[in-house]
Amino acid sequence: MALLTVDKLNLNFAGLQVIKDLSFSVEQGSIASLIGPNGAGKTSVFNCLTGFYKPGSGRIDFDGRAITRQRPHRITRRGMARTFQNLRLFKSMTVLENVMSGMHCRTRAGAIGAILRTGSQRREEREIREFCESCLEFVGILGEKDRVASNLSYGTQRRVEWARALATRPRLLLLDEPAAGLNFDEKQRLIGLIKRIRDELDITVLLIEHDMGLVMKVSEMITVIDYGRKIAEGNAQQVQSNPKVIEAYLGREEDEEP
Amino acid sequence: MTSPDSISGAANQADGSGGPLGWLESQRNRLIVLSVMAAAAMLLPLIANNYVLEVMSNVWFYVMLCLGLNIVVGYAGLLDLGYAAFFAVGAYTTGILTSQFGVNFWLTIPAAVLFSCVAGIVIGGPTLRLRSDYLAIVTLGFGEIVRIIARNLEITGGASGLIGIEKPSIFGFEISQIAHFYYVFLILAVLACFVSYRLQHSRLGRAWQYVREDEDAAEAMGIDRVAVKLYAYVIGAIFGGIAGCFFAAKMTAISPETFTFQQSVLILLGVVLGGMGKIPGVIVGAFALVLFPEVFRDLGSSRILVFAIVMLVIMLYRPEGIWPAKKS
Repeated sequence: MALLTVDKLNLNFAGLQVIKDLSFSVEQGSIASLIGPNGAGKTSVFNCLTGFYKPGSGRIDFDGRAITRQRPHRITRRGMARTFQNLRLFKSMTVLENVMSGMHCRTRAGAIGAILRTGSQRREEREIREFCESCLEFVGILGEKDRVASNLSYGTQRRVEWARALATRPRLLLLDEPAAGLNFDEKQRLIGLIKRIRDELDITVLLIEHDMGLVMKVSEMITVIDYGRKIAEGNAQQVQSNPKVIEAYLGREEDEEP
Repeated sequence: MTSPDSISGAANQADGSGGPLGWLESQRNRLIVLSVMAAAAMLLPLIANNYVLEVMSNVWFYVMLCLGLNIVVGYAGLLDLGYAAFFAVGAYTTGILTSQFGVNFWLTIPAAVLFSCVAGIVIGGPTLRLRSDYLAIVTLGFGEIVRIIARNLEITGGASGLIGIEKPSIFGFEISQIAHFYYVFLILAVLACFVSYRLQHSRLGRAWQYVREDEDAAEAMGIDRVAVKLYAYVIGAIFGGIAGCFFAAKMTAISPETFTFQQSVLILLGVVLGGMGKIPGVIVGAFALVLFPEVFRDLGSSRILVFAIVMLVIMLYRPEGIWPAKKS
């Protein structure tokens, strides 16, 4: 069953068509990838899915209900979490405080509870803390929990972002270029982590990634887009042998290769 | 656990010396300092004359106002240039209800809270989607609108304001002398510290900080930024409203000229000077705000100039405020 269905999505920026009639779906419990050359519109797709951009037309169904044009926090509450291509941590706060932001939409204590420090408020604070610590443990940085986010290495900051997204208790996790800026070892661990997120936490994963080795290793389904249009779809082998994909990538090889 | 008394004590301490704060890192030393300062604040009316008590009442009053604005500016990161409006709403609610309808003072407080909430929602609801500079302009306009309304309505007494506001009494004891009001404002300041502290270290307080640091990321984490900001506005408005009630009761007369733009700027100054988002910092700011012009009274009218220069120097050398940042 499809957890996420995108149907004929269109997005325009001042006359420039960023996404054209894009349709694809992500199966419940799968690991899927969205790939394409630079500027193909991948991050724009993520921004439409998570409510940051309002698509001109089209429909997005998540978990059986339409989420098209809903505000981002509502979509997160419905169970879709994301990370950002460029890190967007709360820089002056500690790692644990960063991750605790994810639990905000799963908890409810308000001002009165906080002022009176009621029993239920304290219980909830304890639950937030414990769950967030378990998220940090899952991504392997529990030992860093009291450090200020901006003082951490890039790789560790990335993991804080993953833990923070996991703390929203998502059903679908969108990872925007999770391997960018990571070294070889960190990438190997990332592959393991993505699989564990799906297998152990039962969270469906959709990722955007430029590292083809990583994409081919983890993805069960790959959607390729170019100029905002879907040009191919299938598993790793099907996509790799698709002439349109080869053309899209080879035509830009000079820009692509570092 | 930080008790309300101990927080207010921090204010006194900081105002006193500003010496090596590293010594304060130890929990035990901090407790000692706080207890001494709390005791000093409690016992002050036994030794001080009316002038000192008047000034100190004013300090506690500004502590409350600054802490209220700190929720909006310091915690939620929203620049509000019309905070005096909420203070006016509280003062006029008490003024009108007691002087014209003969309502008991204590009953005017819930009414003031209600009206402050409404004022907070009225100003916040339509404007909180704006980014900082626009919000500053709109709040400035709102502050002026409230003052001009007060100036032109009959029920608010027009330009001359309201007189004959009832002094409150509690269990038959009338709060009338300055020493009484000193304690009233001390209690209010302590409560304001307590509530600020609890809010800051709560789910809501964290949400304010997330929104302040990165609105989009906060939204992506499932935080409704408009609702969270509205909360800050409303709670800040309630602080201002309650402070206004007691201000009206102490002065027994209020006029629109108390709630000018300068008043809003002054309160904002206290917050920024001491250190936005830091409770002890804001308290220090409120102290500096009230005490500086008093201490330099001998300089006559040029003291405001000296005040301005001192502030410029502080902002140049300590842009984060007087109070040092905690995290290393």
